Amino acid sequence: MFRRTSIIFIFFLLAMVMLNRPAYAMHIAEGFLPFNWAAAWFIVVLPFWFWGLRSIRQTVKSNPGLKMLLGLAGAYAFVLSALKIPSVTGSCSHPTGVGLGAILFGPAAMSILGGIVLLFQALLLAHGGLSTLGANTFSMAVVGPFVAYSLYRLVRRLNGSMPVAVFLAATLGDLMTYVTTSLQLALAFPAQPGGVLASMLKFIGIFAVTQLPLAVSEGILTVIVFNLLAAYNKNELQELSILDNKSLAMGDRKLEVCK
Amino acid sequence: MSNAQKNLFLLLIVMLLAAAPLFMHRSGEFAGADDQAEEAISQIRPDYEPWFKPVWEPPSGEVESFLFAAQAAIGSGIVCYYLGYSKGKKQQEQK
Repeated sequence: MFRRTSIIFIFFLLAMVMLNRPAYAMHIAEGFLPFNWAAAWFIVVLPFWFWGLRSIRQTVKSNPGLKMLLGLAGAYAFVLSALKIPSVTGSCSHPTGVGLGAILFGPAAMSILGGIVLLFQALLLAHGGLSTLGANTFSMAVVGPFVAYSLYRLVRRLNGSMPVAVFLAATLGDLMTYVTTSLQLALAFPAQPGGVLASMLKFIGIFAVTQLPLAVSEGILTVIVFNLLAAYNKNELQELSILDNKSLAMGDRKLEVCK
Repeated sequence: MSNAQKNLFLLLIVMLLAAAPLFMHRSGEFAGADDQAEEAISQIRPDYEPWFKPVWEPPSGEVESFLFAAQAAIGSGIVCYYLGYSKGKKQQEQK
């Protein structure tokens, strides 16, 4: 009963925050990276897209039962990217939602799912852009997921609890996305005088500071979804070797002893 | 604390985090951080002109917020469907 209410609550929270404010955009806007930089980021992102396609194909092939969970990971990024939330700086930004999928399916898969979200927003919402799709994919769907995934693994290896690992992974993955956006803009627009560093600080002041409370919100929301998954989807999480990593490893060892 | 109570408590924190800035900056504009970035770019490089225009722009703020709402609704629909489906499946297995 309580679980059902919390699911309904998530739905209402998402709808409420969403409808509250007029829409604004957060990624690098269409045409706002010089041509060479825009092209360079596409080239950087290309191998990740190939890797991501392969990784998703492998996951679906070896575990067809995980297709729906993959859909959930994509949908989660889809919702969170639509939520423009007011922040302490007096401006708005939105979370990315890629941390959850990165923890579940690995960082490569999210380069595809995150890329789809960005493409949708570029085409239908004039949010982000087609010319800046490479750069925005790199920050949101490559750097974010890789940071989230590595942090999750690190904290778990250090025997941190699951909620702590999920929270840190999702929060810092979100934050690093916008630090990357700042770096991308700073590289393309170094300040005179001061250079890349001065620009970087300026853009970080705009993006990353605004993002801070939102990143915490994303971390908390991801923990909630993870709690629900851990309660209802033990099998799927075990197939992805996220739950009971250690007990599974012990089981393997027992098998070896039996031999 | 049960799992559900924990989740409700966490949701409450998220709501507070989203609502607090509205009270902290009563006169704030709450424009998008990207608009500020565009301003910063024109300060650093006043002669920069975007070389590519969006292929299609929502004709009004209302249409734009409709599309964002649709995006959130579709996404949360899928997320909640899956969570509900999993919960039902688990209850069925336990019977």
